[in-house]
Amino acid sequence: MTEPLWPALLGRFGWQDLPFVRAWADPSLSEIIGAGAGALVVVGGLAVVVLITWLGRWGYLWREWFTSLDHKRIGILYVVIAFTMLSRALVEAVLMRMQQAAAINAPGFIAPDHFAQLFTTHGSIMIFFMAMPFLTGAINYVMPLQIGARDVAFPLLNAVSLWLTAGAAGLMMVSLVIGRFSTGGWTGYPPYTELAFSPDVGPDYWIWAVTLGSIGTTLSGLNFAVTIYKLRCPGMTLMRMPMFVWTSLCTSILMIFAMPPLTVATALLALDRYLGFHFFTNDLGGNMMNYANLIWLFGHPEVYILILPAFGVYSEVIATFSSKELYGYTSLVIATMAIAVLSFTVWVHHFFTMGQSANINAVFGIATMTIGLPTGVKIYDWIWTMFRGRVRFSVSMLYSLAFMMTFVLGGLTGIILAFPPLDYLVHNTLFLVAHFHNMLIPGLLYGMLAGYHYWFPKAFGFRLDEKWGRISFGCWVVGFYLAFMPLYVLGAGGMTRRSQAVFEPAFRPWLYVAGVGALVLLSALASLFVQLLVSIRNREANRVPVGDPWNAGGLEWSIAAPPPEYNFAVIPTVNDRDPFHGDKADGDPYAPPKRYEAIAMPANSMTGPALGGLGAVTAFGLVWHMWWLAGFGLAAGIATIVARSFVRDLHRTIPAAEVARIDRHWRRDIRKAKPVGRAVEGTRANRGLAEVEA
Amino acid sequence: MPECSLIDRLSARVRRRSFRKRSPSLASTRRCLATAIAATPLAFVGGCDVLRLGVANPAGPVAEAQWHLLLIVGAVLFFVAAPVLILTPIIAWHYRLGKKGNVYRPTWTFSWPLEGLIWIPPTGIVVGLGFVLWHYTIALDPYRPLPSTQPALEVQAVALDWKWLFIYPDQGAAAVNQMAIPVGRPVHVSLTSGTVMQSLLIPQLAGQIYAMAGMTTQLNFAANRPGTFRGQNTQFNGLGFQNQKFEVLAMPPDAFEAWVARARATARPLDPAALDGLMQKSVPPEPILYSSVPPDLFQTFIARTQEPSR
Repeated sequence: MTEPLWPALLGRFGWQDLPFVRAWADPSLSEIIGAGAGALVVVGGLAVVVLITWLGRWGYLWREWFTSLDHKRIGILYVVIAFTMLSRALVEAVLMRMQQAAAINAPGFIAPDHFAQLFTTHGSIMIFFMAMPFLTGAINYVMPLQIGARDVAFPLLNAVSLWLTAGAAGLMMVSLVIGRFSTGGWTGYPPYTELAFSPDVGPDYWIWAVTLGSIGTTLSGLNFAVTIYKLRCPGMTLMRMPMFVWTSLCTSILMIFAMPPLTVATALLALDRYLGFHFFTNDLGGNMMNYANLIWLFGHPEVYILILPAFGVYSEVIATFSSKELYGYTSLVIATMAIAVLSFTVWVHHFFTMGQSANINAVFGIATMTIGLPTGVKIYDWIWTMFRGRVRFSVSMLYSLAFMMTFVLGGLTGIILAFPPLDYLVHNTLFLVAHFHNMLIPGLLYGMLAGYHYWFPKAFGFRLDEKWGRISFGCWVVGFYLAFMPLYVLGAGGMTRRSQAVFEPAFRPWLYVAGVGALVLLSALASLFVQLLVSIRNREANRVPVGDPWNAGGLEWSIAAPPPEYNFAVIPTVNDRDPFHGDKADGDPYAPPKRYEAIAMPANSMTGPALGGLGAVTAFGLVWHMWWLAGFGLAAGIATIVARSFVRDLHRTIPAAEVARIDRHWRRDIRKAKPVGRAVEGTRANRGLAEVEA
Repeated sequence: MPECSLIDRLSARVRRRSFRKRSPSLASTRRCLATAIAATPLAFVGGCDVLRLGVANPAGPVAEAQWHLLLIVGAVLFFVAAPVLILTPIIAWHYRLGKKGNVYRPTWTFSWPLEGLIWIPPTGIVVGLGFVLWHYTIALDPYRPLPSTQPALEVQAVALDWKWLFIYPDQGAAAVNQMAIPVGRPVHVSLTSGTVMQSLLIPQLAGQIYAMAGMTTQLNFAANRPGTFRGQNTQFNGLGFQNQKFEVLAMPPDAFEAWVARARATARPLDPAALDGLMQKSVPPEPILYSSVPPDLFQTFIARTQEPSR
């Protein structure tokens, strides 16, 4: 502090903020793991940069991916973020399970401070940077194809959402290398996260990462809702929309209404921490109960933001792999809407224990049970969809079946938690942890993985390897039961969540089983990556260029795999709920258009990456009190937006001849392909042309 | 960090205590068995002990009622889940593609009777459970005094980092990390926090309520058998969180009087110096008894939050 330049430039950064320096000073296993994680980020990041440079692919990536406004490219990039962050957060989960198994009447190998960062980053990443990007990516990729559109309503805004999310995820990764993360859990409850109790940079990293991500998500919600309202192809009335589009719409509505309370909560917390306000502090009239209400006013709808798109995926997958139309479409639409509305009426059940009157708790408890009704109806609708069908046990279908069986168990424990007197006993224990993992792993992760296997051939033109898919599926399911069923028992025995050490020998066998389960889950993720590599290696054998590998009925299957940039050479007209099934039944699913027209697509723009990068830079400057950097980021961000408004050339026209050339090339693939029956759809015979069943 | 050694000492103490062998009586073994069967099919032989630490082994009227409620709800839920758990695999397997001779109705998408079946009975169950929920939520409101001929024992609990201070205003005594209560007499706890939000849970006696700075919450419970029960903070509040456990000593009334007398005889008043020590972040290695408390100490804690930060 003797040199005035140092704090002015580097804010509150000091050498001790580098995990490598900490590990050098205190070479304990806990610090070495921290430094190792930091090193992995640095080395991994450098390796990717070197690899891309060596391959000379920067130009390609920049032109075709980073600046692309194509909803399909943006969707895929979202999923890449999701898998990257899933890897980190799952490793963190394994570390925590190992620590608890090792720390029964023993110190274990992870220090309390490090453990607290682990559970905070694990939760924050899984919710904001795994689940949200995954479902946003899925909606981005699939929804415009399903409604017969060429892109979303606001393609540039879509890119801005993506890059804000990427910037926020980048900030999470930077926190591994510079400084430390919050220890206040993924909900960041004050007053613990206030300056008086957490003066370090951790909560600031959390605040700005979540704020950037939540702004991106709000914009995504607006974008998707407008797309669904305005860009449906002729004939696609609301009640002809595929179920996935319905659930995307409900999720978008929830995003629009539920994300702002989160942004407000983190902004008020930031005002407390940066400008000495007293919204949630212990002193001068601050009240943390306001924060609890705000965060759960977001937090509960968030659960359904996460689960509804997966419900949409299951509706598509189960109908397709049962070779049947969806049972109870209207029922499912009503149930989805009911869930979306009810999700705003139950937030108090996250803090039954705050001391409000019993009547309030009873009202919210009953509202909570009520949500179980439409959810149960959905499960039965899927069962009746399989009824009198021809069920194929593809990987996507296996995930759907595992979901139905597992999700019900989570629903049961949810009803138990909805009873305030029972919630008093198991709130904040591992029972609660088991419950929400029991909802979100089948209700989100399995759904996204089912969708990943289902739509991957559409996105990349080849099927994923079935064998490794099944291995991975087995590990996800077995691992889930081993890792989380013991937590119910431990929670019923009173073991609190977020415990770095345990003092009850009776917990031991259950913690060991849970630890094994965590390792099985890790191998599930590993086999998912192996599957991807194997599939890429064998891609020629598994190509499905015609684009309909599963004999499905939605519009997205009526075009090539991968689809051309403009999706549809001619915007389709539909008069049916499963339009492609209808065309196939009529015997002419691939009728060529009468004539081709030029298509205007949004031109590339670097606004998205620029705003995401500058958002992250601003956030980083704010975290470290490097005011010059924050000011620069903000000013440059505003300048970027202003500069963008001067760009006149917003479209790139694809000439009719080019459209015709691409389309005719695909039609040659159709003529070359032999139709395959459903019994052999998992074999190399499947080129994406479905045999129409009698 | 001075508290590190404290944490280590506490862990060592807890370790010693936990390893002490308890001789399980026949009755408790039977109860344990019944619990394992009723509560979870997952309980295996070695894991039975864990449930004895929780509500499945209640030691007071509140926890007993909660345990009964759990059994009722669990029984109802069994019938809710069973159809899905049975139908899903059976239907999926029966209607598999490879099986010959199945009926195949690809365009069958609706049936009023089935629709009724999946909406009406579940609605009935939720309505029924709703009445149960309402009744038990009112009856087991933590603010509701327990019916008793004796006046409730007043205890004031202050959540500190990383320990609990229990003040006995009527007895003029206090204790850290130890709460003695007389068996059979209701206990009324008023809670606040001298630091961040915490949550007090005694799994075998009563479920949990938050303690927040500047505010008072309440918890009513009683013990109906003597014993030592684990209590804890369940809300993460920093690096000593995992060590923030306390013991509830449920004892016969005369033993409770003796405990109070012992506290008062310690000649360790809870004076400003002692209070300053408690306000530091630490995990006391042993419970501490105090012979006297300043009047209105609890109110002082609540009033502190109206002042500017220290």
